[in-house]
Amino acid sequence: MPLNDYEIVIGLEVHAELKTDSKIFCGCTTEFGGEPNSHVCPVCLGLPGVLPVLNEKAMDYTITAGLALNCEISPYSKFDRKQYFYPDLPKAYQISQYNDFLLCKSGWIEVASGNGELKKVRINRVHLEEDAGKTVHSGTGILDSDYGQQDYNRCGVPLIEIVGEPDLRSAQEAKEYLEKLRTLLLYTGISDCKMEEGSLRCDANISLRPKGAKEFGILAEIKNLNSFKAVQSALEYEAERQAELYDKGEKMFKQTRAWDENKGVTVLMRSKEGASDYRYFPEPDLVPMVIDDERLQRLRNTIPELPDSRKRRYMEIWGLPEYDANLISGSRELADYFEAAVKEYGEAKAVSNWVMVELMRLLNQEKIEITAVKITPAALAKMLKLIDAGTISGKIAKTVFEEMFMTGKDPEAIVQEKGLVQISDSGELAAIAKKVIDANPQSAADYLGGKAQALGFLVGQMMKETKGRANPAMVNELLRKELEQRK
Amino acid sequence: MSLSIKEVEHIARLARLELDGSEKEQFTMQLNEILDYVEKLNQLDTSAIEPTAHVIPVHNIFRKDELKPSMDPEEVLANAPDRIGNYFKVPKLLED
Amino acid sequence: MELYQKTAHELQQLIAAKEVKAVEVAESVLERARQAEPKIHAFVTLAEEEAYQAARRVDEAVSKGVKLPPLAGIPVAIKDNISTAGLRTTCASKILENYIPPYDATVIAEIRNQMMVLVGKTNMDEFAMGSSTENSGLFTTRNPWDIEAVPGGSSGGSAAAVCADETILALGSDTGGSIRQPAGYCGIVGLKPTYGRVSRYGLVAYASSLDQIGPLTKDVTDCALLLQAIAKYDPKDSTSVNQPAPDYLQEMKKGAKGLRIGLAKEYLGEGISLPVKDAVQNGVKVFKDLGAEIVEVSLPHTEYALAAYYIIAPAEASSNLARYDGVRYGHRTSQKVSDAVELFMKTRQEGFGAEVKRRIMTGTYVLSSGYYDAYYLKAQKVRTLIRNDFDNAFKSCDLILTPTTPSVAFKIGSKTKDPLEMYLEDIFTVTCNLAGLPGISISGGFDNGMPIGLQMLGPLFKEEILLRAAYGFEQATDFHKKRPEI
Repeated sequence: MPLNDYEIVIGLEVHAELKTDSKIFCGCTTEFGGEPNSHVCPVCLGLPGVLPVLNEKAMDYTITAGLALNCEISPYSKFDRKQYFYPDLPKAYQISQYNDFLLCKSGWIEVASGNGELKKVRINRVHLEEDAGKTVHSGTGILDSDYGQQDYNRCGVPLIEIVGEPDLRSAQEAKEYLEKLRTLLLYTGISDCKMEEGSLRCDANISLRPKGAKEFGILAEIKNLNSFKAVQSALEYEAERQAELYDKGEKMFKQTRAWDENKGVTVLMRSKEGASDYRYFPEPDLVPMVIDDERLQRLRNTIPELPDSRKRRYMEIWGLPEYDANLISGSRELADYFEAAVKEYGEAKAVSNWVMVELMRLLNQEKIEITAVKITPAALAKMLKLIDAGTISGKIAKTVFEEMFMTGKDPEAIVQEKGLVQISDSGELAAIAKKVIDANPQSAADYLGGKAQALGFLVGQMMKETKGRANPAMVNELLRKELEQRK
Repeated sequence: MSLSIKEVEHIARLARLELDGSEKEQFTMQLNEILDYVEKLNQLDTSAIEPTAHVIPVHNIFRKDELKPSMDPEEVLANAPDRIGNYFKVPKLLED
Repeated sequence: MELYQKTAHELQQLIAAKEVKAVEVAESVLERARQAEPKIHAFVTLAEEEAYQAARRVDEAVSKGVKLPPLAGIPVAIKDNISTAGLRTTCASKILENYIPPYDATVIAEIRNQMMVLVGKTNMDEFAMGSSTENSGLFTTRNPWDIEAVPGGSSGGSAAAVCADETILALGSDTGGSIRQPAGYCGIVGLKPTYGRVSRYGLVAYASSLDQIGPLTKDVTDCALLLQAIAKYDPKDSTSVNQPAPDYLQEMKKGAKGLRIGLAKEYLGEGISLPVKDAVQNGVKVFKDLGAEIVEVSLPHTEYALAAYYIIAPAEASSNLARYDGVRYGHRTSQKVSDAVELFMKTRQEGFGAEVKRRIMTGTYVLSSGYYDAYYLKAQKVRTLIRNDFDNAFKSCDLILTPTTPSVAFKIGSKTKDPLEMYLEDIFTVTCNLAGLPGISISGGFDNGMPIGLQMLGPLFKEEILLRAAYGFEQATDFHKKRPEI
């Protein structure tokens, strides 16, 4: 039967590295990169005799993430050891949180679903753990390498695992979910969520079942999803693959697969049957965490107004179109910038137009982040007020804005310095109109002869003459008057 | 309950311990003896008892998010049985 | 009397009064060690150069008139599972035979700061798993009272070194009796502090929820001094407890008068040799004469302690010892391997001895999925029952007096066939670790020339009560003054 007759069931497990300065259990830096094994100490190297001490900020960031994802925060929480042997895991156990007393559980977020409606996707848990080191393979990948090279710089970077419920029903939804998750985490400031640097990682569980069926199908876990596009493409591919197997009546088995970006296919890594060989037990070297109301309140206060609420406000109160509201609220920094400018200026529509068009264009063109922008929100508001006062024209304003963007100078200073003040003096403009008509007798004759478009040329000449400073509303009027007189 | 040699082999694999034939037999016997001995705990009804993970009830021991110097990579690698550049070198990993 | 025969508190006076130089003390002790070692085999590594350097620094400080820390210039031997920067730390295991740590354990940093003279690293049962040092992956240490007998374990090297005057002080670690049992077998003082009293940072973990570092010394006064030096809160150990230690020396001198000493029938029943029973009875009499009160207490879950211990300790050990895989440090197989898994398996096969493997196997089994609740969780619940027993007992007494072991030191090789029989050695000592309590063993008599240890257990963080009782006993008896001929 066609894929349409199956229901696709997807759940994502997302890992995000926390943006603390130091590692979760020692004072080594979490900075990305560095020479191999240069961000390592006895503790994160797991030397005999060392002990972990929890970085309080890592715990607080996890709770903050839980709050932003509408989770219940456990008043009592603890760590467990997850035992498994792997060269990138120096203690041969990962300090993590097993099933009981997780920091955060039972949350949800809202995600745009296919039909344009918002859909609640449940989050099972958010827990805190340590990252492992990195294996650099001698070949191009794990399969054709003679040996591995271990670098423990990432080992001990704090990591949260966000386990989503299997509530997603399409590859598109999965991508939307991941993007929403990323936006929320960026809003709270706890992770920089860079998929290219591995600070945001995603594994996907996907299974198919005939529409209407209650039982879940047999799932495949897909690893190596290194971009949002990879998440969507891999899941689309895998859904097709599974549908085909069901159609052929082949026996399905639980398995782990890897996305091969180049070939655009998922490949079998291992069968998961009987692979539940991890051993867990409570970490004896760390003491329990008790989270009181005072801490919860303090952390709640660090969370800014979140994007959904902002978007609603921009649309309902400030009358922004959904597209604009969505885009601006999609980044905390951009939204904060926008709101600061609106506060200074007093009206939202003009600000959003400038942000959406000119600011975005320049940001893209110059490849800089909103946080590095030299135009302060107050300066933007000031520029808008110069337009309103007729000091500069909208057209000139673009020049001013670009200058502000490049130099961070005050708009008024730019206008003064470059002599960009709009000419609205009718006497002065009339004199210029005369001069332009005198210099272009043919165009004047054409106009008077009935060719209305000749006026456009004369307007252009007039703007040229004034370097664009002529008040555009007055130019047409004055030219026409002057020409009429010469009839 | 009684552990078989097969189970002992499985445990040895989980523990990443290669055992020779005589060790397998010996450990099977000895592990069974130890497990028989600890069976006596089942004489106690502990259904209403909380487990003790920490004998001293302390909680919320943290460190501040502050950087401390890392080791020099040469020191990190000083005890390495094998290295390549500033990496630890290990044989390839096959999934099992 | 030679310098090496003296106690720390005697030497301390001599050094402070400039009658003796620290270098002379170091010389005397190291010379004694060189003589005794061929018979005793207490040390894995003697650190002569470092010792002389440290001693010279003390003498320089003395000559400049600098005020010295109490134990400055006193030789101390360290069990080889405590990390010493730049000095080989083997855990008496082939797998760490050539491992040189880049960092100091917190207790070692204290010892260096307080200008003690580290003379060497002592032998032990491999990774502290054992009661005789016969499980050492390197060699077996001898009991100075009878070189055919074991010194006890796992801190057997530290106990034998103190007993044979090869050091003045020593540190050991105690997970199920590993300080108290060898102290008992060698007729010296050994104290296991309350869990959390002394930092574990740098102690190579065997069973993390039970391990604790403590002193082994010639007498109770030295024990109080060394405990004082190391009983400190350490921010590097999350389980270290921030509770200031009292002045142990001052507390100790209050003696046993007025203390209520508990006797528990569960520690005085079957399987105890007659001389050991007599020693306990004699102890009771001594304490009564000193003005202590004897009360009967009951610790009904005692018989389950050993079973709980032999689940919890191997479980934690299987986790703690998983890191020895031949990748970052330590032994790596030289056999040809096809992948990392094979490397791990062969490296660990070659590097670990039989007892370590046995405990790793037991621990891996009890933690494996499906068995966790039946074993580990169950054992943790029994641990609660044992704690409750002590809580109740300490309502009616200040400390509990027991034998340290059922009998005196056994002959080398007599118990190696049956692991379970060896485990029974720990029957009186494991409860203390399970409940986190402090415990001390002192010399309480002799059986055919072999020392008998008396153990006292106290409430959490009440080391000073144990020291009071032990000091009182020591003042009233002279068992501690006897030293073996070597």
